[in-house]
Amino acid sequence: MTTTGALFYFFAAVLLFASFRVITARSTVHAALYLVLAFANAAVIWMLLRAEFLAIALVLVYVGAVMVLFLFVVMMLDLNSDDFRDGFWKHLPLAGLIGAVIALEMALVLMGGFRLTAVPAPDPQLAKLGNTHLLGVEIYTKYLYPVQLAAVLLLVAIIAAIALTLRKRKDSRSQDPSQQVRAKKADRLRVVKMDPVLDLPSAPPAAPAAGDKK
Amino acid sequence: MSLGPITLGHYLSLGGMLFALSVIGIYLNRRNLIVLLMAIELMLLAVNLNFVAFSHYLGDLGGQVFVFFILTVAAAESAIGLAILVVLFRNRSTINVEELDTLKG
Repeated sequence: MTTTGALFYFFAAVLLFASFRVITARSTVHAALYLVLAFANAAVIWMLLRAEFLAIALVLVYVGAVMVLFLFVVMMLDLNSDDFRDGFWKHLPLAGLIGAVIALEMALVLMGGFRLTAVPAPDPQLAKLGNTHLLGVEIYTKYLYPVQLAAVLLLVAIIAAIALTLRKRKDSRSQDPSQQVRAKKADRLRVVKMDPVLDLPSAPPAAPAAGDKK
Repeated sequence: MSLGPITLGHYLSLGGMLFALSVIGIYLNRRNLIVLLMAIELMLLAVNLNFVAFSHYLGDLGGQVFVFFILTVAAAESAIGLAILVVLFRNRSTINVEELDTLKG
């Protein structure tokens, strides 16, 4: 067995173990951490397949961003994990049956062929450029329009996520400029008609003028 | 130990096993919405593994470009999914799937 083969079996075993723990872990935080392990191992397996750029992208995007988001949400929500365990084992027979059926069907298909061992020899000039360069050339020439669509999709996702979680705080005091601009003179100033006040020099101080207040 | 060289079938079997495991996970964790989302991420990972393996063994870079787009869509999906989850928890104080039956589906 070659070194690549040994590495493949090792990382595949860790990947399967980690994903098994993801679906059986008691605490959701543990499940998220095992998912990080699974993604890291998948990145190494992609590295064995010479997809360096995607392996690094998997680590950066998934381990670095998506899983941190998951962990934030898990810790923010303050869940009682025992509630989720009721009926966990009740579903096991059905789940095992369906999983076994899926694995069997895949095995039936995979046994028939796919014994491909020989990797087509890459063009030596292309191989010198490296996987990242080739992928970049491919994306920015042949797949330029899909890349722009993907960018728009990400923008929509950003706006949707912010719009969903944004809420107006009731306890914060803030100005509303449009309300301020819309204010009219009549809203603020009231002109009161009143009789002129006569300041009589000989009047006694105990008796104020009758038309003083109106 | 003679296991032979690593073939395309090895990678495809790994992807298949990963996919089957995450389907089992969806059945087992029927109540915890976050673990359901994680199982979906695992399924996408299994599919991506198949794409990368085919791309390597057939010498076609198109498979890797496709994985690139799947990663984009998966990131958008999990971001919006988690945002919906947070709003749901804020309104109902639960993410138990069996209690989320307002739509009477």
